[in-house]
Amino acid sequence: MTPLKVSIAGALASVLLILVVLELIRSRRLRERYALLWLATGVVLLVLSLWRGGLNTIAGWFGVTGYPPAVLFAVGVLFILLVLLHYSTVISKLADQNVVLAQRLALLERELRGRSGQEGTISPTAAPR
Amino acid sequence: MAAEPKRCAIVPALNEEDSVGAVIEGIRAFDPGFEIVVVADGSTDRTPEVAEAAGATVLRLPFNLGIGGAVQTGFRYAAEQGFELAVRLDGDGQHDPQELPAILAPVLAGDADICVGSRFAGTGAYRSTRSRRIGIRVLAWAVSLLVRRRVTDPTSGFQALNRHAIRLFAADYPHDYPEVEATVMCFRHRLRIAEAPVRMRERAAGASSITALRSIYYMVKVLLAIFVGVFRRNVVLLEER
Repeated sequence: MTPLKVSIAGALASVLLILVVLELIRSRRLRERYALLWLATGVVLLVLSLWRGGLNTIAGWFGVTGYPPAVLFAVGVLFILLVLLHYSTVISKLADQNVVLAQRLALLERELRGRSGQEGTISPTAAPR
Repeated sequence: MAAEPKRCAIVPALNEEDSVGAVIEGIRAFDPGFEIVVVADGSTDRTPEVAEAAGATVLRLPFNLGIGGAVQTGFRYAAEQGFELAVRLDGDGQHDPQELPAILAPVLAGDADICVGSRFAGTGAYRSTRSRRIGIRVLAWAVSLLVRRRVTDPTSGFQALNRHAIRLFAADYPHDYPEVEATVMCFRHRLRIAEAPVRMRERAAGASSITALRSIYYMVKVLLAIFVGVFRRNVVLLEER
């Protein structure tokens, strides 16, 4: 059975995660759609921390009999993997959009220069690497 | 007001080449004084060409931003061009230009900064799927609670706005399925909200973009956004961050 201290620590950590994420949403630094998976992580870990009987049972399903909190780690890691995977897709989409913007900008500048001599160019202050 | 207000109609459209022409004609038939601004949200069909041929101002987004980003583009244009009045009609033909007087009245009278056309405030029997109606009821309850005013159709995009609302939304507008959060935003920025009963049509052509799974995701996201939003103290305009 999970030691009580572990359950308490897990619950506190989960609550802390949830509160931090909510605050990031509140202060406009994190968009809701990217916070949902984090909140799901926090809620699942909180439930598993508090529901000690349930954690024991689930640990039994996977043959983890010696130390049930190992399931907490496993679930935590799984969710982190999901979050990372999700964010990888988000970054991919942003990169694709970035390419489109750069290309359209190049074409737009060309057209502006064509129409009004050199005045139309938006000169770059420093080209990022 | 002696002179008529400078006004525009913002029409967000994805792939609506079959219906956007009719929407434009309908607005012009109602009142030719509206500058019609079609925002093509990464259209892959001929929506931009059709709209331009019909004489509308077309803003072509380089990729799909979603309804929030598209409509906000229209608001940015309206704010930059100094429009005093804006209405929004969706490019799929669900919003009937002949119903515009109902939502324009409170704004023109100066009684409200934004007026939303509601499908559930009285007239007409709007047919929708059962799950949709339940979802809208839940959101209506949540929004009514937060804005301390009875809101019957929090997801309606059929809206009329004055300068204050235009400038607010030009600077900051929610991104996914924005109408619900936008209503709460108005309240928190002390803008006056009104609703007017209107009749809406079924989609003229094309497919709806909301599936069952998306609806659940949407509900969770929107409820999270509006309840967390209650704790925001100051207005944080996007450009000031």
